[in-house]
Amino acid sequence: MNQSNANTNVVEMIDVCKRYGTFEALKKVNLSVRKGERIIICGPSGSGKSTLIRCINRIEQHDAGSIVVEGQELTGAERDIAKVRREVGMVFQSFNLFPHLTILENCTLAPRRARGLSKAEAEDRAMHYLSKVRIPDQAKKYPGQLSGGQQQRVAIARALCMEPRVMLFDEPTSALDPEMVKEVLDTMIGLAEEGMTMLCVTHEMGFAKQVADRVVFMDGGQKIEEADPQTFFGAPENDRTRAFLQQVLH
Amino acid sequence: MNGLDFSVVADALPYLWKGLQFSLTLTVVAFAAGLVLGVALALVQHLEVPVLSPLAKVYVAIMRSIPLIMVLFWFFFLVPLIIGAMMNSGRPVPIGGLWTAIITFSLFEAAYYSEIIRVGLRSVNKGQYEAAKALSLSTATTYRSIVLPQVFRITSPIILNQTIILFQDTSLVYVLSLTDLTGAASKIAQLNGTLVEMYLFIALVYLVICTSASQLVAVLRKRTRIATTR
Repeated sequence: MNQSNANTNVVEMIDVCKRYGTFEALKKVNLSVRKGERIIICGPSGSGKSTLIRCINRIEQHDAGSIVVEGQELTGAERDIAKVRREVGMVFQSFNLFPHLTILENCTLAPRRARGLSKAEAEDRAMHYLSKVRIPDQAKKYPGQLSGGQQQRVAIARALCMEPRVMLFDEPTSALDPEMVKEVLDTMIGLAEEGMTMLCVTHEMGFAKQVADRVVFMDGGQKIEEADPQTFFGAPENDRTRAFLQQVLH
Repeated sequence: MNGLDFSVVADALPYLWKGLQFSLTLTVVAFAAGLVLGVALALVQHLEVPVLSPLAKVYVAIMRSIPLIMVLFWFFFLVPLIIGAMMNSGRPVPIGGLWTAIITFSLFEAAYYSEIIRVGLRSVNKGQYEAAKALSLSTATTYRSIVLPQVFRITSPIILNQTIILFQDTSLVYVLSLTDLTGAASKIAQLNGTLVEMYLFIALVYLVICTSASQLVAVLRKRTRIATTR
Protein backbone atom coordinates (compact mmCIF):
# COMPACT_ATOMS: atom_id res chain seq x y z
CA MET A 1 0.00 0.00 0.00
CA ASN A 2 1.18 3.49 -0.79
CA GLN A 3 1.61 5.03 2.68
CA SER A 4 1.88 8.63 1.53
CA ASN A 5 -1.60 8.43 0.10
CA ALA A 6 -2.98 6.26 2.84
CA ASN A 7 -5.58 8.84 3.80
CA THR A 8 -6.99 9.35 0.33
CA ASN A 9 -10.11 7.30 -0.09
CA VAL A 10 -10.65 6.45 -3.71
CA VAL A 11 -14.00 4.81 -3.02
CA GLU A 12 -16.22 5.62 -0.04
CA MET A 13 -19.48 3.72 0.36
CA ILE A 14 -21.74 4.65 3.27
CA ASP A 15 -24.88 2.73 4.24
CA VAL A 16 -25.43 1.59 0.67
CA CYS A 17 -28.75 -0.20 0.10
CA LYS A 18 -30.03 -1.87 -3.02
CA ARG A 19 -33.21 -3.83 -3.53
CA TYR A 20 -34.71 -5.74 -6.42
CA GLY A 21 -38.43 -5.63 -5.78
CA THR A 22 -38.76 -6.99 -2.26
CA PHE A 23 -35.36 -8.69 -2.28
CA GLU A 24 -32.74 -6.72 -0.39
CA ALA A 25 -29.47 -7.22 -2.29
CA LEU A 26 -27.46 -4.79 -0.15
CA LYS A 27 -28.31 -3.82 3.42
CA LYS A 28 -26.45 -0.73 4.64
CA VAL A 29 -23.01 -1.72 3.40
CA ASN A 30 -20.02 0.46 4.29
CA LEU A 31 -16.71 0.19 2.49
CA SER A 32 -13.72 2.49 2.12
CA VAL A 33 -10.94 1.87 -0.33
CA ARG A 34 -7.69 3.80 -0.08
CA LYS A 35 -5.48 4.56 -3.04
CA GLY A 36 -3.39 1.55 -4.04
CA GLU A 37 -5.38 -0.89 -1.91
CA ARG A 38 -6.31 -4.33 -3.16
CA ILE A 39 -9.63 -5.52 -1.78
CA ILE A 40 -10.92 -9.02 -2.34
CA ILE A 41 -14.64 -9.54 -1.90
CA CYS A 42 -15.90 -13.06 -1.41
CA GLY A 43 -19.06 -14.76 -0.26
CA PRO A 44 -21.66 -17.31 -1.35
CA SER A 45 -23.68 -16.68 -4.51
CA GLY A 46 -26.48 -14.20 -3.98
CA SER A 47 -24.59 -12.53 -1.14
CA GLY A 48 -24.55 -9.16 -2.93
CA LYS A 49 -20.82 -9.05 -3.68
CA SER A 50 -21.25 -8.45 -7.42
CA THR A 51 -24.03 -5.95 -6.80
CA LEU A 52 -21.72 -4.07 -4.45
CA ILE A 53 -18.98 -3.46 -7.00
CA ARG A 54 -21.48 -2.89 -9.80
CA CYS A 55 -22.87 0.02 -7.78
CA ILE A 56 -19.46 1.71 -7.78
CA ASN A 57 -19.68 2.52 -11.51
CA ARG A 58 -23.46 2.60 -11.47
CA ILE A 59 -24.05 -0.43 -13.64
CA GLU A 60 -26.51 -0.97 -10.80
CA GLN A 61 -28.20 1.99 -9.18
CA HIS A 62 -28.16 2.07 -5.37
CA ASP A 63 -31.40 3.00 -3.61
CA ALA A 64 -30.05 4.58 -0.44
CA GLY A 65 -26.78 5.61 1.15
CA SER A 66 -23.95 7.38 -0.61
CA ILE A 67 -21.14 6.38 -2.92
CA VAL A 68 -18.23 8.74 -3.54
CA VAL A 69 -15.58 7.85 -6.11
CA GLU A 70 -12.49 10.05 -6.44
CA GLY A 71 -14.34 12.85 -4.66
CA GLN A 72 -17.34 12.63 -6.95
CA GLU A 73 -20.62 11.56 -5.40
CA LEU A 74 -22.79 9.30 -7.54
CA THR A 75 -26.13 11.01 -7.88
CA GLY A 76 -28.58 10.63 -10.74
CA ALA A 77 -26.79 13.30 -12.81
CA GLU A 78 -25.55 11.92 -16.11
CA ARG A 79 -22.43 14.08 -16.09
CA ASP A 80 -21.37 12.83 -12.65
CA ILE A 81 -21.93 9.24 -13.71
CA ALA A 82 -19.85 9.68 -16.87
CA LYS A 83 -17.09 11.33 -14.80
CA VAL A 84 -16.97 8.42 -12.36
CA ARG A 85 -17.09 5.82 -15.12
CA ARG A 86 -14.09 7.36 -16.85
CA GLU A 87 -12.05 6.76 -13.69
CA VAL A 88 -13.32 3.25 -12.96
CA GLY A 89 -12.38 0.29 -15.13
CA MET A 90 -14.39 -2.91 -15.04
CA VAL A 91 -13.72 -6.49 -16.03
CA PHE A 92 -16.71 -8.83 -16.32
CA GLN A 93 -17.13 -12.54 -15.76
CA SER A 94 -18.24 -13.03 -19.37
CA PHE A 95 -15.58 -10.69 -20.90
CA ASN A 96 -18.19 -8.66 -22.82
CA LEU A 97 -15.81 -7.80 -25.62
CA PHE A 98 -17.46 -6.24 -28.68
CA PRO A 99 -17.60 -9.19 -31.12
CA HIS A 100 -17.86 -7.10 -34.31
CA LEU A 101 -14.73 -5.08 -33.54
CA THR A 102 -11.10 -6.19 -33.69
CA ILE A 103 -9.08 -6.47 -30.49
CA LEU A 104 -7.41 -3.15 -31.32
CA GLU A 105 -10.76 -1.45 -32.00
CA ASN A 106 -12.16 -2.87 -28.75
CA CYS A 107 -9.31 -1.11 -26.96
CA THR A 108 -9.42 2.21 -28.85
CA LEU A 109 -13.16 2.89 -29.00
CA ALA A 110 -13.65 4.28 -25.49
CA PRO A 111 -10.38 6.27 -25.28
CA ARG A 112 -11.31 7.96 -28.56
CA ARG A 113 -14.97 8.59 -27.80
CA ALA A 114 -14.95 9.15 -24.05
CA ARG A 115 -11.42 10.54 -23.55
CA GLY A 116 -11.06 12.35 -26.87
CA LEU A 117 -7.80 10.72 -27.93
CA SER A 118 -6.81 10.75 -31.60
CA LYS A 119 -6.78 7.46 -33.50
CA ALA A 120 -2.98 7.31 -33.41
CA GLU A 121 -2.77 8.12 -29.69
CA ALA A 122 -5.46 5.58 -28.87
CA GLU A 123 -3.73 2.88 -30.94
CA ASP A 124 -0.36 3.57 -29.31
CA ARG A 125 -1.96 3.31 -25.91
CA ALA A 126 -3.86 0.14 -26.89
CA MET A 127 -0.68 -1.56 -28.12
CA HIS A 128 1.07 -0.57 -24.89
CA TYR A 129 -1.56 -2.25 -22.74
CA LEU A 130 -1.98 -5.22 -25.09
CA SER A 131 1.78 -5.78 -24.71
CA LYS A 132 1.35 -5.54 -20.97
CA VAL A 133 -1.21 -8.35 -20.99
CA ARG A 134 1.12 -10.16 -23.43
CA ILE A 135 -1.09 -10.37 -26.53
CA PRO A 136 0.03 -7.55 -28.85
CA ASP A 137 0.22 -10.04 -31.73
CA GLN A 138 -3.55 -10.62 -31.60
CA ALA A 139 -4.49 -6.96 -32.18
CA LYS A 140 -5.92 -7.48 -35.67
CA LYS A 141 -8.05 -10.50 -34.73
CA TYR A 142 -11.66 -10.61 -33.61
CA PRO A 143 -12.66 -11.69 -30.07
CA GLY A 144 -14.24 -14.89 -31.39
CA GLN A 145 -10.84 -16.04 -32.67
CA LEU A 146 -9.25 -15.91 -29.21
CA SER A 147 -9.33 -18.31 -26.27
CA GLY A 148 -11.27 -17.40 -23.13
CA GLY A 149 -8.11 -16.51 -21.24
CA GLN A 150 -6.90 -14.32 -24.06
CA GLN A 151 -10.29 -12.62 -24.31
CA GLN A 152 -10.27 -11.83 -20.61
CA ARG A 153 -6.77 -10.38 -20.87
CA VAL A 154 -8.00 -8.20 -23.74
CA ALA A 155 -10.88 -7.10 -21.52
CA ILE A 156 -8.35 -6.08 -18.86
CA ALA A 157 -6.29 -4.19 -21.46
CA ARG A 158 -9.45 -2.52 -22.79
CA ALA A 159 -10.30 -1.25 -19.31
CA LEU A 160 -6.71 -0.11 -18.70
CA CYS A 161 -6.73 1.91 -21.93
CA MET A 162 -9.01 4.39 -20.17
CA GLU A 163 -6.21 4.76 -17.56
CA PRO A 164 -8.64 4.38 -14.66
CA ARG A 165 -7.86 5.11 -11.00
CA VAL A 166 -9.70 2.01 -9.81
CA MET A 167 -10.22 -1.39 -11.38
CA LEU A 168 -13.26 -3.53 -10.59
CA PHE A 169 -13.15 -7.24 -11.31
CA ASP A 170 -16.43 -9.14 -11.23
CA GLU A 171 -15.51 -12.84 -10.96
CA PRO A 172 -12.96 -12.50 -13.77
CA THR A 173 -11.96 -16.16 -13.79
CA SER A 174 -15.31 -17.87 -13.15
CA ALA A 175 -16.17 -18.37 -16.84
CA LEU A 176 -12.73 -19.64 -17.77
CA ASP A 177 -11.50 -23.17 -18.42
CA PRO A 178 -9.25 -24.19 -15.51
CA GLU A 179 -6.06 -24.10 -17.57
CA MET A 180 -6.68 -20.46 -18.45
CA VAL A 181 -7.26 -19.15 -14.94
CA LYS A 182 -3.56 -18.72 -14.19
CA GLU A 183 -2.76 -16.46 -17.16
CA VAL A 184 -5.54 -14.08 -16.12
CA LEU A 185 -4.59 -14.13 -12.43
CA ASP A 186 -0.94 -13.51 -13.34
CA THR A 187 -2.00 -10.45 -15.31
CA MET A 188 -3.97 -9.21 -12.30
CA ILE A 189 -1.06 -9.86 -9.94
CA GLY A 190 1.15 -7.80 -12.24
CA LEU A 191 -1.37 -4.99 -12.07
CA ALA A 192 -1.56 -5.20 -8.28
CA GLU A 193 2.23 -5.04 -7.99
CA GLU A 194 2.21 -1.79 -9.95
CA GLY A 195 0.00 -0.23 -7.29
CA MET A 196 -3.36 -0.25 -9.07
CA THR A 197 -6.31 0.22 -6.71
CA MET A 198 -8.37 -2.93 -7.16
CA LEU A 199 -11.65 -4.38 -5.98
CA CYS A 200 -12.05 -7.97 -6.97
CA VAL A 201 -14.96 -10.34 -6.49
CA THR A 202 -13.51 -13.83 -6.70
CA HIS A 203 -13.48 -17.33 -5.30
CA GLU A 204 -9.74 -17.68 -5.98
CA MET A 205 -8.58 -17.77 -2.37
CA GLY A 206 -4.95 -18.41 -3.30
CA PHE A 207 -5.01 -15.18 -5.29
CA ALA A 208 -6.64 -13.42 -2.34
CA LYS A 209 -3.90 -14.56 0.03
CA GLN A 210 -1.24 -13.43 -2.41
CA VAL A 211 -2.40 -9.93 -3.33
CA ALA A 212 -5.10 -8.74 -0.93
CA ASP A 213 -4.58 -5.92 1.54
CA ARG A 214 -8.01 -6.68 2.91
CA VAL A 215 -10.56 -9.42 2.41
CA VAL A 216 -14.26 -8.65 2.70
CA PHE A 217 -16.73 -11.45 3.34
CA MET A 218 -20.35 -10.85 2.40
CA ASP A 219 -23.49 -12.85 3.06
CA GLY A 220 -27.19 -11.99 2.74
CA GLY A 221 -26.47 -8.49 1.43
CA GLN A 222 -24.34 -7.55 4.43
CA LYS A 223 -20.65 -7.16 5.07
CA ILE A 224 -20.02 -9.91 7.63
CA GLU A 225 -16.30 -9.63 8.11
CA GLU A 226 -13.43 -7.49 6.89
CA ALA A 227 -9.82 -8.25 7.75
CA ASP A 228 -6.27 -8.53 6.43
CA PRO A 229 -5.61 -11.89 4.73
CA GLN A 230 -3.64 -13.38 7.69
CA THR A 231 -6.46 -12.72 10.12
CA PHE A 232 -9.18 -13.56 7.61
CA PHE A 233 -7.79 -16.94 6.64
CA GLY A 234 -6.00 -17.72 9.92
CA ALA A 235 -8.51 -16.64 12.54
CA PRO A 236 -11.88 -15.64 11.07
CA GLU A 237 -14.20 -14.22 13.74
CA ASN A 238 -17.60 -15.01 12.32
CA ASP A 239 -19.20 -18.47 12.13
CA ARG A 240 -20.53 -17.82 8.66
CA THR A 241 -17.06 -16.85 7.46
CA ARG A 242 -15.63 -20.06 8.91
CA ALA A 243 -18.34 -22.16 7.26
CA PHE A 244 -17.72 -20.45 3.91
CA LEU A 245 -13.96 -20.86 4.12
CA GLN A 246 -14.31 -24.54 4.96
CA GLN A 247 -16.32 -25.01 1.77
CA VAL A 248 -14.03 -23.08 -0.57
CA LEU A 249 -10.67 -24.09 0.85
CA HIS A 250 -11.40 -27.84 1.29
CA MET B 1 -54.54 -20.84 -78.55
CA ASN B 2 -52.06 -22.44 -80.90
CA GLY B 3 -48.35 -21.82 -80.33
CA LEU B 4 -46.81 -19.06 -78.32
CA ASP B 5 -45.03 -16.20 -80.03
CA PHE B 6 -42.13 -15.02 -77.88
CA SER B 7 -40.85 -12.62 -80.51
CA VAL B 8 -43.19 -10.00 -79.03
CA VAL B 9 -41.21 -10.23 -75.82
CA ALA B 10 -37.99 -9.36 -77.66
CA ASP B 11 -39.69 -6.38 -79.25
CA ALA B 12 -41.01 -5.22 -75.91
CA LEU B 13 -37.69 -5.58 -74.05
CA PRO B 14 -36.74 -1.88 -74.01
CA TYR B 15 -40.14 -0.95 -72.59
CA LEU B 16 -40.05 -3.79 -70.05
CA TRP B 17 -36.53 -2.73 -69.04
CA LYS B 18 -37.83 0.75 -68.26
CA GLY B 19 -40.55 -0.83 -66.14
CA LEU B 20 -38.01 -3.00 -64.31
CA GLN B 21 -35.82 0.03 -63.68
CA PHE B 22 -38.78 1.73 -62.06
CA SER B 23 -39.50 -1.34 -59.88
CA LEU B 24 -35.86 -1.56 -58.78
CA THR B 25 -35.57 2.18 -58.10
CA LEU B 26 -38.74 2.20 -56.01
CA THR B 27 -37.43 -0.86 -54.10
CA VAL B 28 -34.08 0.78 -53.36
CA VAL B 29 -35.58 4.12 -52.31
CA ALA B 30 -38.27 2.51 -50.13
CA PHE B 31 -35.63 0.18 -48.64
CA ALA B 32 -33.31 3.05 -47.71
CA ALA B 33 -35.96 5.41 -46.40
CA GLY B 34 -37.92 2.60 -44.75
CA LEU B 35 -34.85 1.25 -42.98
CA VAL B 36 -33.81 4.66 -41.62
CA LEU B 37 -37.34 5.33 -40.35
CA GLY B 38 -37.67 1.73 -39.16
CA VAL B 39 -34.49 2.02 -37.06
CA ALA B 40 -35.82 5.26 -35.56
CA LEU B 41 -39.19 3.63 -34.74
CA ALA B 42 -37.44 0.65 -33.16
CA LEU B 43 -35.04 2.83 -31.15
CA VAL B 44 -37.71 5.05 -29.60
CA GLN B 45 -39.52 1.90 -28.48
CA HIS B 46 -36.34 0.21 -27.24
CA LEU B 47 -35.24 3.31 -25.31
CA GLU B 48 -38.82 3.77 -24.07
CA VAL B 49 -38.82 7.44 -25.07
CA PRO B 50 -41.89 9.02 -23.46
CA VAL B 51 -44.73 9.94 -25.85
CA LEU B 52 -42.79 8.81 -28.95
CA SER B 53 -42.61 5.16 -27.87
CA PRO B 54 -46.38 4.55 -27.64
CA LEU B 55 -46.90 6.57 -30.83
CA ALA B 56 -44.40 4.36 -32.66
CA LYS B 57 -46.16 1.27 -31.32
CA VAL B 58 -49.55 2.46 -32.60
CA TYR B 59 -48.08 3.47 -35.95
CA VAL B 60 -46.49 0.06 -36.47
CA ALA B 61 -49.66 -1.76 -35.40
CA ILE B 62 -51.83 0.23 -37.81
CA MET B 63 -49.47 -0.10 -40.78
CA ARG B 64 -49.12 -3.81 -40.26
CA SER B 65 -52.84 -4.43 -40.09
CA ILE B 66 -53.82 -2.66 -43.32
CA PRO B 67 -53.26 -4.10 -46.80
CA LEU B 68 -50.64 -2.15 -48.75
CA ILE B 69 -53.03 -1.50 -51.61
CA MET B 70 -55.37 0.32 -49.24
CA VAL B 71 -52.55 2.44 -47.86
CA LEU B 72 -51.69 3.39 -51.44
CA PHE B 73 -55.26 4.46 -52.12
CA TRP B 74 -55.44 6.41 -48.91
CA PHE B 75 -52.31 8.35 -49.60
CA PHE B 76 -53.28 8.97 -53.17
CA PHE B 77 -56.67 10.46 -52.27
CA LEU B 78 -56.24 11.70 -48.70
CA VAL B 79 -52.82 13.36 -48.71
CA PRO B 80 -53.81 15.87 -51.43
CA LEU B 81 -56.89 16.76 -49.35
CA ILE B 82 -54.80 17.20 -46.21
CA ILE B 83 -52.18 19.32 -47.97
CA GLY B 84 -54.95 21.35 -49.55
CA ALA B 85 -56.54 21.97 -46.16
CA MET B 86 -53.19 22.84 -44.58
CA MET B 87 -52.39 25.34 -47.32
CA ASN B 88 -55.92 26.76 -47.16
CA SER B 89 -56.17 26.44 -50.90
CA GLY B 90 -59.75 25.20 -50.72
CA ARG B 91 -59.03 22.36 -53.12
CA PRO B 92 -56.92 19.18 -53.04
CA VAL B 93 -53.26 19.56 -53.96
CA PRO B 94 -52.29 16.45 -55.94
CA ILE B 95 -48.84 15.03 -55.18
CA GLY B 96 -48.81 12.62 -58.12
CA GLY B 97 -48.49 8.87 -58.34
CA LEU B 98 -44.70 8.75 -58.08
CA TRP B 99 -44.49 10.63 -54.79
CA THR B 100 -47.47 8.71 -53.47
CA ALA B 101 -45.65 5.47 -54.26
CA ILE B 102 -42.32 6.56 -52.74
CA ILE B 103 -43.87 7.93 -49.55
CA THR B 104 -46.31 5.06 -49.07
CA PHE B 105 -43.82 2.28 -49.67
CA SER B 106 -41.24 3.93 -47.38
CA LEU B 107 -43.74 4.44 -44.57
CA PHE B 108 -45.22 0.97 -44.99
CA GLU B 109 -41.87 -0.84 -45.06
CA ALA B 110 -40.64 1.21 -42.08
CA ALA B 111 -43.24 -0.55 -39.92
CA TYR B 112 -41.98 -3.99 -40.96
CA TYR B 113 -38.30 -3.07 -40.72
CA SER B 114 -38.86 -1.57 -37.26
CA GLU B 115 -40.26 -4.87 -35.98
CA ILE B 116 -37.21 -6.73 -37.32
CA ILE B 117 -34.80 -4.20 -35.78
CA ARG B 118 -36.70 -4.30 -32.48
CA VAL B 119 -36.22 -8.05 -32.21
CA GLY B 120 -32.56 -7.56 -33.15
CA LEU B 121 -32.11 -4.97 -30.41
CA ARG B 122 -33.48 -7.39 -27.84
CA SER B 123 -31.13 -10.13 -28.97
CA VAL B 124 -27.97 -8.12 -28.23
CA ASN B 125 -26.46 -9.44 -25.01
CA LYS B 126 -27.03 -7.37 -21.87
CA GLY B 127 -23.31 -7.53 -21.19
CA GLN B 128 -22.64 -5.43 -24.29
CA TYR B 129 -24.63 -2.54 -22.84
CA GLU B 130 -22.93 -2.96 -19.47
CA ALA B 131 -19.46 -2.95 -21.02
CA ALA B 132 -20.35 0.22 -22.93
CA LYS B 133 -21.55 1.86 -19.72
CA ALA B 134 -18.46 0.78 -17.82
CA LEU B 135 -16.32 2.37 -20.54
CA SER B 136 -18.23 5.64 -20.10
CA LEU B 137 -19.58 5.59 -23.65
CA SER B 138 -22.55 7.85 -24.35
CA THR B 139 -25.91 6.35 -25.32
CA ALA B 140 -25.46 7.62 -28.89
CA THR B 141 -22.02 6.03 -29.24
CA THR B 142 -23.24 2.83 -27.62
CA TYR B 143 -26.01 2.40 -30.16
CA ARG B 144 -24.08 3.68 -33.18
CA SER B 145 -20.81 1.84 -32.62
CA ILE B 146 -21.75 -1.22 -30.59
CA VAL B 147 -25.43 -2.14 -30.62
CA LEU B 148 -26.68 -1.31 -34.13
CA PRO B 149 -23.76 -2.91 -36.01
CA GLN B 150 -24.52 -6.13 -34.15
CA VAL B 151 -28.25 -5.76 -34.79
CA PHE B 152 -27.68 -5.34 -38.55
CA ARG B 153 -25.40 -8.33 -38.54
CA ILE B 154 -27.99 -10.50 -36.80
CA THR B 155 -30.98 -9.25 -38.79
CA SER B 156 -29.51 -8.80 -42.29
CA PRO B 157 -31.00 -12.06 -43.65
CA ILE B 158 -34.48 -11.12 -42.38
CA ILE B 159 -34.14 -7.55 -43.67
CA LEU B 160 -33.16 -8.84 -47.08
CA ASN B 161 -36.09 -11.23 -47.02
CA GLN B 162 -38.46 -8.38 -46.28
CA THR B 163 -36.88 -6.42 -49.14
CA ILE B 164 -37.60 -9.28 -51.56
CA ILE B 165 -41.25 -9.04 -50.55
CA LEU B 166 -41.05 -5.27 -51.03
CA PHE B 167 -39.71 -5.77 -54.54
CA GLN B 168 -42.65 -8.02 -55.39
CA ASP B 169 -45.10 -5.59 -53.80
CA THR B 170 -43.93 -2.75 -56.04
CA SER B 171 -46.15 -4.30 -58.73
CA LEU B 172 -49.09 -2.78 -56.83
CA VAL B 173 -48.24 0.66 -58.22
CA TYR B 174 -50.45 -0.15 -61.19
CA VAL B 175 -53.33 1.21 -59.08
CA LEU B 176 -51.56 4.60 -59.26
CA SER B 177 -51.23 4.33 -63.06
CA LEU B 178 -47.47 4.01 -62.73
CA THR B 179 -45.60 1.66 -65.04
CA ASP B 180 -43.40 -0.84 -63.27
CA LEU B 181 -42.33 -4.20 -64.71
CA THR B 182 -45.76 -5.78 -64.25
CA GLY B 183 -47.52 -2.66 -65.51
CA ALA B 184 -45.32 -2.49 -68.62
CA ALA B 185 -45.93 -6.16 -69.41
CA SER B 186 -49.65 -5.85 -68.87
CA LYS B 187 -49.95 -2.83 -71.17
CA ILE B 188 -48.16 -4.57 -74.02
CA ALA B 189 -50.05 -7.79 -73.39
CA GLN B 190 -53.37 -6.02 -73.73
CA LEU B 191 -52.25 -4.08 -76.80
CA ASN B 192 -51.29 -7.09 -78.89
CA GLY B 193 -53.07 -9.90 -77.09
CA THR B 194 -49.97 -11.73 -75.87
CA LEU B 195 -51.04 -12.16 -72.28
CA VAL B 196 -49.54 -15.63 -71.81
CA GLU B 197 -46.15 -14.77 -73.30
CA MET B 198 -45.76 -11.48 -71.45
CA TYR B 199 -46.87 -12.79 -68.06
CA LEU B 200 -44.76 -15.91 -68.44
CA PHE B 201 -41.74 -13.80 -69.27
CA ILE B 202 -42.05 -11.34 -66.38
CA ALA B 203 -42.77 -14.20 -64.00
CA LEU B 204 -39.40 -15.58 -65.07
CA VAL B 205 -37.76 -12.19 -64.45
CA TYR B 206 -39.22 -12.00 -60.93
CA LEU B 207 -38.19 -15.60 -60.33
CA VAL B 208 -34.57 -14.97 -61.34
CA ILE B 209 -34.23 -11.77 -59.32
CA CYS B 210 -35.90 -13.15 -56.19
CA THR B 211 -34.10 -16.49 -56.18
CA SER B 212 -30.74 -14.76 -56.60
CA ALA B 213 -31.62 -12.52 -53.67
CA SER B 214 -32.70 -15.57 -51.66
CA GLN B 215 -29.32 -17.15 -52.37
CA LEU B 216 -27.77 -14.02 -50.91
CA VAL B 217 -29.99 -14.47 -47.84
CA ALA B 218 -28.67 -18.01 -47.45
CA VAL B 219 -25.08 -16.79 -47.67
CA LEU B 220 -25.78 -14.06 -45.10
CA ARG B 221 -27.42 -16.55 -42.75
CA LYS B 222 -24.38 -18.77 -42.92
CA ARG B 223 -22.09 -15.86 -42.27
CA THR B 224 -24.04 -14.55 -39.27
CA ARG B 225 -24.12 -18.06 -37.84
CA ILE B 226 -20.34 -18.25 -38.01
CA ALA B 227 -20.03 -14.80 -36.52
CA THR B 228 -22.17 -15.65 -33.51
CA THR B 229 -20.77 -19.09 -32.76
CA ARG B 230 -17.09 -18.28 -33.07
